[in-house]
Amino acid sequence: MSDLESFRNDVRDWLEANCPDSMRKPMKSEKDICWGGKRFEFSSGDQKAWLERMAEKGWTCPSWPKEYGGGGLSKDEAQILKEEMERIKARPPLISFGIWMLGPALLKYGSEEQKRHYLPQITRGEIRWAQGYSEPGAGSDLAALRTKGDDKGDHWVVNGQKVWTSYADECDWIFALVRTEPDAPKHLGISFLLIDMEWDGVSTKPIKLISGKSPFCETFFDDVKVPKENIVHESGRGWDVAKYLLSHERANIAGGGSGAQMNPVAAAHKSGEVDENGRVADPILRGDIARLTIDALAFETTLQRIKDQADGGQGVGAKASMLKYYGTELNKRRHELNMSALGSDGLLWEGENPEDGDPARGWLRSRANSIEGGTSEIQLNILAKRVLELPGG
Amino acid sequence: MSYILSEEEQMLRDSAQAFLAEKSPVSELRRLRDEGCKDGFRHAIWKDMADMGWNGIVIPEEYGGVDMGFTAAGLILQEMGRTLAATPFLASSVLCATALRYGGTEGQKSEHLPKIASGEKVYALAVDEKARHDASHIETRARKDGNGFRLSGQKRHVVCGNGADMLIVAARMDDDSIGLFLVDPETSGVERTLRRSVDSHAPANIHFDDVKLDGDALLSETEDGSALLDLVLDSGRACLAAEQLGIAEEAFSRTLDYIKEREQFGQKIGSFQSLQHRAAHLLTEVEMTQSLVIKALRQLDEAPSQAPLWIAAAKAKATRVSRLSSAEAIQMHGGVGMTDEYEIGFFYKRAQAAGEFLGDDAWGAGRVAELSGY
Ligand SMILES: Cc1cc2nc3c(=O)[nH]c(=O)nc-3n(C[C@H](O)[C@H](O)[C@H](O)COP(=O)(O)OP(=O)(O)OC[C@H]3O[C@@H](n4cnc5c(N)ncnc54)[C@H](O)[C@@H]3O)c2cc1C
Ligand SMILES: Cc1cc2nc3c(=O)[nH]c(=O)nc-3n(C[C@H](O)[C@H](O)[C@H](O)COP(=O)(O)OP(=O)(O)OC[C@H]3O[C@@H](n4cnc5c(N)ncnc54)[C@H](O)[C@@H]3O)c2cc1C
Repeated sequence: MSDLESFRNDVRDWLEANCPDSMRKPMKSEKDICWGGKRFEFSSGDQKAWLERMAEKGWTCPSWPKEYGGGGLSKDEAQILKEEMERIKARPPLISFGIWMLGPALLKYGSEEQKRHYLPQITRGEIRWAQGYSEPGAGSDLAALRTKGDDKGDHWVVNGQKVWTSYADECDWIFALVRTEPDAPKHLGISFLLIDMEWDGVSTKPIKLISGKSPFCETFFDDVKVPKENIVHESGRGWDVAKYLLSHERANIAGGGSGAQMNPVAAAHKSGEVDENGRVADPILRGDIARLTIDALAFETTLQRIKDQADGGQGVGAKASMLKYYGTELNKRRHELNMSALGSDGLLWEGENPEDGDPARGWLRSRANSIEGGTSEIQLNILAKRVLELPGG
Repeated sequence: MSYILSEEEQMLRDSAQAFLAEKSPVSELRRLRDEGCKDGFRHAIWKDMADMGWNGIVIPEEYGGVDMGFTAAGLILQEMGRTLAATPFLASSVLCATALRYGGTEGQKSEHLPKIASGEKVYALAVDEKARHDASHIETRARKDGNGFRLSGQKRHVVCGNGADMLIVAARMDDDSIGLFLVDPETSGVERTLRRSVDSHAPANIHFDDVKLDGDALLSETEDGSALLDLVLDSGRACLAAEQLGIAEEAFSRTLDYIKEREQFGQKIGSFQSLQHRAAHLLTEVEMTQSLVIKALRQLDEAPSQAPLWIAAAKAKATRVSRLSSAEAIQMHGGVGMTDEYEIGFFYKRAQAAGEFLGDDAWGAGRVAELSGY
């Protein structure tokens, strides 16, 4: 038996023994997502045990190095773990901005001390991170940000406002872009700082979304003292970190595009809009769904192809923008078709069951996919400039 | 399966690129058209291709082929898409070679496959009878007659049909099952009518009037002619999707070059965001198509039972994207894109014809829905 085969067997046995039954059922609502963090309330003992067991193996972040709390798995091994988890429909034990945004940035730009300190807290789900990038005057044009840090020798004093900060009111720490060199050119005056949200002067105010939920906030910094050692990479070089992190964020948001959980065909069955042969009854809707399936297959294979190329040393680079663009536009289409297939059933906002309003809320939330992490238009700009090398702009 | 090309595959692609750029650039297609060529391809180039080993790309070595598989065939067709090379490759070396390989008896294989591989004879597949591709609609009849058959019916727009030396014809037998028959187009009762098509190829309508066939005209290695036909068509679709990908890539690449050069309003038109966004969108669509095409070809080689879904998706996507790419090419070229002198229009024309052949995007969507169980 090859090493990989025996690894697969070990993984299978371990998952069989350690993944609680209730963690093998599809997530029904937001409450079933484990975000971790100091203030996180587990919805069940199983959810807690599942996180702890996986974190113990380092499998919340399978490919991060072991010394930082990861699993130290090779790409092939990580793929096997993923497949085996999918096979038993295991829920992700932990989802967090720490895992898919800050972690990769720290691995590349963090000091050894920062890696040893922050990364294990992420893999164990102890600290929940928020992303402090956008400001009222700096959205697409992120480098126009004005939150500033005044140099006071061994620390900065940070003042300013962030906006659209997802889950800030539930987070423990925030990684924030702060202008520390007011006289430097736009992109060269920014630093990437790690800030404890319990420190004096940090406050948040929730904002309600069209989907009725309130996962994002305004975040205010009012004379917040940030020690110098809390900078990642050099002063004034935060833009490098910010961009690198964004490519990971984009790849991740794009991944939502393959979201199998929202299935217009299942929706048609649910609303009774199928014929006696189980076909979607409306032929035009059926055709639209088939075209969506084709594009979803194209997207899925492209994710794999780009992964293969990255393994072969060809690098992903600006392709993250391509995936972000295509994946999010696809996801919006999927939600639209899901709503069409549900018909008036999709219009329900609240009902007897907690999940009754999910289709409509999910559909509304999906509109943000092509905005958050950089809008579709911004991704197209990046592709035009960096990949196609078109002039101007 | 891997999305990355092996070294051998890369070499094949490179040599195809070099060969086609020299022997069969777009200007060659224009020449064929302007000469009014009735066969739709250049015999000398077809012979050269045989010498390169391409014509037997999916034919086993014992029958004179090189047996490199459908992915390899697709790579050659992708390059043909880039230069719009008009050859019998798809009809003869993919469709008919596959029909013979998987449906022919030992005798049929050893008689016919070497002729395809050597380029000595050109074969064409006659299936469609309606204007839109529909392989389930076959009314051509092959009635049992002693040891042989009598073939009657009408085939429409047979690709490469006018220049072919031998036909493989799908017909319904006495029990209504499907059979594939080898038919020499010179046999009495066969009548071909050349249909000049928009892409400057030379398909034909073919009429069969009580054509007398021997018993060994029937590809009879398999009982299930319908499954054989499915496999043959699917192999053609996967490879044709690769040609469409080549069309999309080349039309896009020429457009990019153009908008980086052409100036209006005192600047390169490629600096206008409306064109940039459409170009970036095209880039994305072409990449998506590329993934599906390689997936479909590899599945066909490595896991044929899983292939039909991927092939339908690839053919549908490649149809849409090759048409979009060449249509955008004309638009972004402005007035010059509308001229016959400029080559971009040839891409748009070929994209339309290649899209129609073996099933377009609407056909593919229907098939995907069916295979997905909805
Ligand atoms: C649900 C949600 C969660 C979010 N979470 C976070 C978070 O946790 N942390 C965080 O920092 N931010 C977060 N964001 C903010 C997000 O990154 C910004 O909304 C996004 O970058 C767009 O900025 P903006 O909203 O200011 O829009 P604007 O930049 O004002 O854009 C408005 C429109 O103009 C277009 N546009 C702008 N510039 C150009 C251009 N150059 N070319 C063409 N079109 C252009 C845009 O594409 C858009 O359509 C979140 C956003 C959403 C919706
Ligand atoms: C069939 C036909 C008949 C014609 N008949 C006549 C006639 O009788 N008399 C006559 O004088 N002319 C005629 N024309 C010319 C026609 O008006 C021009 O072709 C047209 O104005 C476009 O100019 P162009 O071809 O130079 O393309 P370009 O201006 O070079 O445009 C190329 C591409 O760039 C785009 N583009 C250019 N500028 C911008 C911008 N600022 N922002 C965004 N995109 C931009 C265009 O939309 C186009 O997609 C004819 C053209 C055709 C095709």
